[in-house]
Amino acid sequence: MSDSEIAIKVENLSKQYRLGTVGTGTISHDLNRWWAQVRGKEDPFLKIGETNDRSKAGNSDYVWSLKDINFEVKQGEVLGIIGKNGAGKSTLLKILSKVTGPTTGRISAKGRIGALLEVGTGFHPELTGRENIFLNGAILGMTKVEIRAKLDEIIDFSGCARYVDTPVKRYSSGMKVRLAFAVAAFLEPEILIVDEVLAVGDAEFQKKAIGKMQDVSKGDGRTVLFVSHNMAAVENLCSSALVLDKGMIRFNLEVKEAIDNYLKISVEQNELLDFKSRIPNGMGNVQISHVDVYPDNESRFIKIRDTLVFDIDLSNKSAQGKLDIGIRVFNERETNIFSCSTLMTKTSLFLKSFENNIKVLCRVNSPFLIPGRYFFSVQVNLNNDQQDRIERVLQFEVLEEDFYSTGSKTNINKGEVLVDHVWIKNEN
Amino acid sequence: MSQEHWDTVIEPKSALFDLKIKELRQYKDLLLLFVRRDLVAQYKQTILGPIWYFIQPILTTLTYVLIFGNVAGLSTDGLPKMLFYLAGVTSWRYFADSLTKTSETFSKNADIFGKVYFPRAIMPISITITNLVTYGVQLILFFAFYAYYVVSRQFDLSIQRELALFPVLIFIMMLLGLGFGFILSALTTKYRDLKFLITFGVQLLMYGTPVIYPLSSIPEEYKIYIMANPMTPIIETFRYMFLGTGTLDYGHLLYSTVFAIVLFIIGLAIFNRTEKNFMDTV
Repeated sequence: MSDSEIAIKVENLSKQYRLGTVGTGTISHDLNRWWAQVRGKEDPFLKIGETNDRSKAGNSDYVWSLKDINFEVKQGEVLGIIGKNGAGKSTLLKILSKVTGPTTGRISAKGRIGALLEVGTGFHPELTGRENIFLNGAILGMTKVEIRAKLDEIIDFSGCARYVDTPVKRYSSGMKVRLAFAVAAFLEPEILIVDEVLAVGDAEFQKKAIGKMQDVSKGDGRTVLFVSHNMAAVENLCSSALVLDKGMIRFNLEVKEAIDNYLKISVEQNELLDFKSRIPNGMGNVQISHVDVYPDNESRFIKIRDTLVFDIDLSNKSAQGKLDIGIRVFNERETNIFSCSTLMTKTSLFLKSFENNIKVLCRVNSPFLIPGRYFFSVQVNLNNDQQDRIERVLQFEVLEEDFYSTGSKTNINKGEVLVDHVWIKNEN
Repeated sequence: MSQEHWDTVIEPKSALFDLKIKELRQYKDLLLLFVRRDLVAQYKQTILGPIWYFIQPILTTLTYVLIFGNVAGLSTDGLPKMLFYLAGVTSWRYFADSLTKTSETFSKNADIFGKVYFPRAIMPISITITNLVTYGVQLILFFAFYAYYVVSRQFDLSIQRELALFPVLIFIMMLLGLGFGFILSALTTKYRDLKFLITFGVQLLMYGTPVIYPLSSIPEEYKIYIMANPMTPIIETFRYMFLGTGTLDYGHLLYSTVFAIVLFIIGLAIFNRTEKNFMDTV
C-alpha cells in the first residue's frame, strides 16, 4: 500500500484517563507533574495506569482508555469499529474528531474530518428550524454559502418542511433528530465519522439514513469510519473492521472475519464473567448476584418452543422502593430481538429494605427464536435510578428441533423468528 | 514519506501562542451565527424584547444615583449624577460581561464541545462581539441622556479632542475581558470553586475601579492601589473624553495597554492548553 492512498494514519495512539472524582489531590498531582517537567523527567503519572478492564477494580487512579493504537485507512474505505461498551471506541472517535486530545501518539489525515457523532447538539430551542440548520451546519464546519446551496435538499430530506419556521423547542424529539441528521448528512468532509446515529428515528428514516451513508461511501468515494453495535449494519456498510478490546486493537480484518472473531471473544469473556468480583454498573445498592436462563421443563437445554425463564438473583444493601428490571435479548449480529421490562408491563415489584437476597423470575412465552446463540443484558433500577447492569455478555443457546414436525431440521437463514403457519388453497 | 502532505495532524500538544487565525477564518460564518444567536435568542418570548438592552443600565444607574449619589453623597466631580454613573456603568459592563461570559466558555458549552470540534476560541470571540454590539446600543442610551442634559442646559457639551482614543479604549477592554476570561475559563474547568468567586470578584473589582466615584476623590495613600487596576485609566479616560472631567494620563494608559496585551497572551496560552483536554476533566 503506497502512502498516497492512505487517508488516515494513526501511530502509537494512547489516551489516559484519571478515574474517580477530580477534587482533592489534583493540585498536588499538577504540581508533581510540573516539577517533573521542569527537571526534564517523564510525567510521573503516565507510568502507572493499567489496561482498561472495567469489570475488575484496579489499584491505580489512572487508566489507559486506548493503548498503542496503530492503523491506517485507505482512501474511500469504509472501516467499521466494533467492540464492547468501554472498549475505547468512543474515545478513539473523540480523538479523531478533535474533541479531546491524545495523551501520546499522532494522527495524520488527508482532508477535513467531519464527525457525525450524537446529532442534535448545538440546536438552540428559541431559534426556528431554518435558523438552526444554518447554526448547526456552521458548527459542523460548513460555510453559509454551502448551507444555502443545500438548504432545500436539507429541509426536504428532514421531512420537516411544514415546521421549518417554527422554533425548535416546539418540535417533537423525533423531528429534532431528523433535522439534525439531515444537516449532518449533507456535510461533505473528505473523512466522515459516524457513531451509532442509525439507531435513531423511525424505520422509514433509518432506511433513508443508511441509503445516504451508502451513497457517501460508494458514490463519492469518501472515507468513512463507522462505529456501531449493530453487526448487521457494520457488515452491510463496511469493507473491513477494527475490533477494539480494553483499549487495544484485537483484530483489524476484512469485515466478516472481524465480526466472527469479535463474537468469539465476547463468548470467551462471558465464561469468565465472575459474579462475585464484578463491580456493579450503577449505584450498586441493589446488585445482580446471579443470572440464569432455562426452559420451564426439566431439561437444561432450550428448544424453540420452550417457555423461557429468566432467573435473576439480587442482593440488596437494605435499600427499598420501586424495583424495575429490564431484559434485552440480542442475536449474534447484536440486533435486539425482544425486550422484557417491568416498565412495559407496568408491574410493580416493591423491594423492602430487609430483603437482602431476592430472586425475580421472568417467564417468556416462546418467541420461536431461530436456533442459534443469543445474548442478553439485564438492568436493575430502584426508584428509577440505575442500580446495576450487565451488558450483553450473558448468553444462551436455542437448539434446533423439528419445529414444523416435518421430520427435517429448520432452515435458520430465513428471518429472525419462526412462526407457526398454515397454507390454505381456496377454489373459486 | 517526509514530503507527504497531511491536512490534519492531531498530536498531544500544540503551539501555545497560536491564535489559529487560518482556522478561525474558516469558521467566520459560525462566529457571526453565534453572535446573531446570542443577540436574537436572549430576549425571545419577552414582552419588552430588545428594550431590555436599555432598561438594565438605566435601572443600575438609577440605583447608583440613589444609593451612592444621594444617600452616600459620593462626589461626581461636579457632573450630573445620571451622566457620571452612566458613563462608568456602560463601559464597566462591557468589560465585566465579557469577562464573566468568557470564563464560562468551557463549563457552559461542555455539551456541544464534547461532540463536535470547532476552534474553541470562536466562543469567547463571539461573546466579545455580542457584548460590543450591546455596548454600542447602550452608548446610544448614554448619548441620549447626554443630549438631554445639553439641550436642557444642565450641562455644557464638553467632548474633547482625545475622543480619537476611543477605539484604543475598546481594544484594551476587549483584551482585558478576554485575557481574564481565558484564564478563568481554564481554571474553572478544573476547580469549580472559582465559579462562585467570579461573580463576587467582578463586583469587588468594580469598587476598586472609579466607576461609582472619581479617581480625584481618592486619598493619595490609596490612589496607588486604584491606579494599579488596569481598568482605572479606561473609565477615567472615557469620562475625560466625553465629559471633560477625570484624568487623562498617557503613561497610565500605556500601563493598561501593556497589561492587557501580556494578560491576553498568557490567557491565550492557557486557553490553548485547556481546549485539548478539558473534556476529560469537565
